[in-house]
Amino acid sequence: MATLHIDGNPYEADPRQNMLQVSLTHGFDLPYFCWHPALGSVGACRQCAVRQYRNEDDQQGQIVMACMVPAAEGTRISIQDEEAREFRKSIVEWLMINHPHDCPVCDEGGECHLQDMTVMTGHAYRRFRFRKRTFTNQDLGPFINHEMNRCIQCYRCVRYYKDYAGGRDLDAFASHNHVYFGRSEDGVLENEFSGNLVEVCPTGVFTDKTLKGHYTRKWDLQSAPSVCAHCGLGCNTLPGARYGGVRRILNRYHHDINGYFLCDRGRYAYESVNRPERIRHPLLHEDAHDTDTHSKPEFCSVDHALKRARDRLHSARRVIGIGSPRASLESNYALRALVGEDHFHNGLPAAESHLVNVALDILRHGPAKAASLREIEEADAVLILGEDLTQTAPRMALAVRQSIMRAPEETARALGVPAWNDRAVRDVIQTDRGPLYIAAADETRLDDAATSVVYRAPEDLARFGFAIARAVHGDAPPVDDLPEEDAAVAQRAAEALANAKRPVIISGTSLGNESLLRAAANIAWALLRREKPAALAWVVPEANTFGAGLMGGRPLREAYQAVSSGAADTAIILENDLFRRTHDVDVERFLQSLKSVIAIDSLRNRTTDRAHVVLPAGTFAESDGTFVNNETRAQRFFQVLAPEEDVLESWRWLGHLESGTAPSEEPRWKELDDVLAAMARDLPELAGARDAAPAADFLKNGSKFPRSPRRFSGRTAMLAHRDVSEPKPPVDSDSPLTFSMEGSVTIPPAELVSHYWSPGWNSVQALNKFQEEVGGANRGGAPGVRLIEPEKATHSFFTDIPAAFTRSDQKYLVLGLHHIFGSEELSRHAPALAERIPEPYVAIGEADATARGVNEGDEIVLRILGRQHKLRARIRTRLPQGVLGVPAGFPGLTGLVFPADGHW
Amino acid sequence: MISMLKTLWLVFKHAFHKRVTIQYPEEKAYLAPRYRGRIILSRDPDGGERCVACYLCAVACPVDCIALDSAEDEHGRRYPGMFRINFSRCIYCGFCEEACPTYAIQLVPDVEMAEYNRQNMVYEKEHLLIDGQGKYHGYNYYKVAGLAIGGKGKGEAENEDPPIDPKSLM
Ligand code: SF4
Ligand code: SF4
Ligand code: SF4
Ligand code: SF4
Ligand code: FES
Repeated sequence: MATLHIDGNPYEADPRQNMLQVSLTHGFDLPYFCWHPALGSVGACRQCAVRQYRNEDDQQGQIVMACMVPAAEGTRISIQDEEAREFRKSIVEWLMINHPHDCPVCDEGGECHLQDMTVMTGHAYRRFRFRKRTFTNQDLGPFINHEMNRCIQCYRCVRYYKDYAGGRDLDAFASHNHVYFGRSEDGVLENEFSGNLVEVCPTGVFTDKTLKGHYTRKWDLQSAPSVCAHCGLGCNTLPGARYGGVRRILNRYHHDINGYFLCDRGRYAYESVNRPERIRHPLLHEDAHDTDTHSKPEFCSVDHALKRARDRLHSARRVIGIGSPRASLESNYALRALVGEDHFHNGLPAAESHLVNVALDILRHGPAKAASLREIEEADAVLILGEDLTQTAPRMALAVRQSIMRAPEETARALGVPAWNDRAVRDVIQTDRGPLYIAAADETRLDDAATSVVYRAPEDLARFGFAIARAVHGDAPPVDDLPEEDAAVAQRAAEALANAKRPVIISGTSLGNESLLRAAANIAWALLRREKPAALAWVVPEANTFGAGLMGGRPLREAYQAVSSGAADTAIILENDLFRRTHDVDVERFLQSLKSVIAIDSLRNRTTDRAHVVLPAGTFAESDGTFVNNETRAQRFFQVLAPEEDVLESWRWLGHLESGTAPSEEPRWKELDDVLAAMARDLPELAGARDAAPAADFLKNGSKFPRSPRRFSGRTAMLAHRDVSEPKPPVDSDSPLTFSMEGSVTIPPAELVSHYWSPGWNSVQALNKFQEEVGGANRGGAPGVRLIEPEKATHSFFTDIPAAFTRSDQKYLVLGLHHIFGSEELSRHAPALAERIPEPYVAIGEADATARGVNEGDEIVLRILGRQHKLRARIRTRLPQGVLGVPAGFPGLTGLVFPADGHW
Repeated sequence: MISMLKTLWLVFKHAFHKRVTIQYPEEKAYLAPRYRGRIILSRDPDGGERCVACYLCAVACPVDCIALDSAEDEHGRRYPGMFRINFSRCIYCGFCEEACPTYAIQLVPDVEMAEYNRQNMVYEKEHLLIDGQGKYHGYNYYKVAGLAIGGKGKGEAENEDPPIDPKSLM
């Protein structure tokens, strides 16, 4: 800690920071534009001017940029200095001479950092009488709106997009006061993290295009802390809702996971909540299994639907429950409680269920800890084994991209260049990058950042991994007959990992190969044996995959067997489209043999179309619940809006089903906390989930926390068309949040933060006030509870090394290739995101394509498990011979369990 | 004593004054143009809707009786798809008019809004939008804003230079 002086008063500060950061942490309102906690300082905007004094006797001092001054011991600055204030005011005045008269029609208005800073500096009237410079805009695709006139040339956008996110198609053009930020020509911004420009840009140049379609100001968005439901990482989000729909997603800072940034799937998938294909009322379909009658399901009242469902349950021989990795822990548990442990299924195909268990067991019984995204960002050597991260766990790819800066940063530090001094650090390290080794089946979007990439079939990737483990530690099993080329790369990777201070090994389930997980574990354990604090990061596909795994249900296959053997005749299917999980034929047979199918889901799908009773489930936005992410962190998400129709959380429906036959009878679960308490008793491993957020009776000064911002408008008119007397706001018995603007005005615990706002700080940068120190930990600790921590004991190495992949002339090994846009079930329904989904295709390696005389775009009929797929060929240079790839989760290709055998 | 007589005299004198009570509703009181009565939404000189759905009136309203929802035409011009004022809550403070950056929302000298049924005090956009400019003539917000809308491209607003060419260094 260093002691330094701001406006004559002493303060303690971390000497590794700069004076802007320190001033903000201590609550000073010092305006700034170009500095960003995640991007560092470049001193470009000249907005954060202060006067610095050499020592106590120096009365003169000089104007400097606070963001470029290290917080060294004894530093003295003055923020209040008259000249410094004038300087800051004149900077805003300059920025404003060309600024358009746009605030009322600007989507940034009301949450604009430029507005805030203008008010903060006191600039009010435009004295400049001449004409304004103007720009034309570009069409940047479905996610981002461009309004270049509003630019203040702070360079944050290109620094984020190119330097931080590795994008290539956004740049600064032209010179002097003509500098233009855009693409070289109109077109979709290619980077998968482009949506963050909305929050990075301090003005209204880059705004959320999906929000524009149903524009609402920040002060009118009812909001609650939520967790992204569209991949296994559990990034924290802040969805905003108005008039019964979700209108946008903002990033919610989680120091250990997503930090300041989300991926575009997470930001834009929300539109699926507002779709017409949502199920909003119960449906009855008595002839659901009679394919000849073509009867249609019919809407009915809640009471009637519950009665019919209960009748069906009571007359059943045996009821089985099928849970889901996209449903919350609470909903899965409520189902398990309803049908009994022995009849509860986790909703996963056997192969995937097994993989998930292998991954969990490695964390449970092994010495390696699960790495958080922040630990990946801080890692100084990373190995990715068999994942195309950008497609399977996008935000993790962004974290990996930062990790390659860690090792070279040491060089800069040795020269005395602090890490926040972004331009200087980049000048020192030039093109030097830290070790990143990738072993993948096909090209990945991170290849450009990698030290080396090997492209192999899954078995060979696993063998490559085992070889690294062996090279790290001699007790690990050797790999016979590894090609020399692979052995050499394995050796180099092993050295890089062993030389690192904080190595991380990443692998996952997307290639469907358990040896990959074992190989990754071996490497981490080998490093641990050499006293390196290695961590493992798993990639799992869905928001609650690990939750479903920890719940301990049986795989789908056993559900199918229970029915085909005649043991069970009724199934409750919870938020699960079985046609996406297993082969059509199996699902058909299963459904056909059931006397009753009760489905609970939010969006219509092929499974709900075949159910006798469908109950409308809340999406993430209308439910309270808990997801367990890839590091086994249980995190709570809260209702953003109270559903108006018959929509209920799935666990509530299950509670209603479990109560007696009379509709008026009390449901089994009255509140979320009841479910959590029962789950903690039944499943001790999940007990931590109860503490993932404060319970519903948590109060601050006797109040709950408001979901609506303080200046929420239209309260007495929004619903006046229905009734001029406004209704009582919905009561929330499940959480310490209210559906109103009233409640505690203090900063809540991080799990309950519904918006970032502070007097004078209306933009997202109000976040500064919600952190222990600016850019640092969430106030009161990062949300969530990790359910599994590593065992101290060492674990003996896995020795089951797979045989090398051998090509066969009769068949190809077909892999499921994942896509950030298209492979996840729910996000496919979001219109803007759907525009980015590629056409289904079959990926063919160059050698195979030449051998079979196939050209790019040719139509190919691929047979997998007796099903024929007509697909266009995409020739891939890196895909190994004998291996094909098809996009996972795409229509027509669902229900395939990869890897599969394919014929063509 | 003297003061009492004075008062009596004053009262007596008033008997011969001109009467101020008027026979409403046959006769109407004069209300100044700036009188804060019924609220209207006006149009700009070109006949376009002035309101740009910026939500400033709604947020300024101390009783929260304005609710609107924005929409956009195919050329990017924003307008309120829904605009509702609950006059049973309005206190005619005029904050909405002061907050409005486009002169769209105006309080006009009309006070005859009484209803037997409170529900009828809820006015939708069709009840609010008039065909003229109201009290403020000549202002057209989109002519000064930098945003391009149908009929006005970039650099065509008042006080604007034509758009620069980002591919040129000069
Ligand atoms: S960028 Fe900010 S200051 Fe500029 S028009 Fe938009 S809201 Fe107003
Ligand atoms: S577009 Fe935004 S982030 Fe980029 S330079 Fe302009 S104001 Fe800064
Ligand atoms: S006059 Fe006052 S109370 Fe009435 S709508 Fe306007 S701001 Fe609201
Ligand atoms: S303040 Fe004016 S322009 Fe803005 S929404 Fe209200 S009436 Fe429309
Ligand atoms: S924030 Fe310091 S110069 Fe821009």
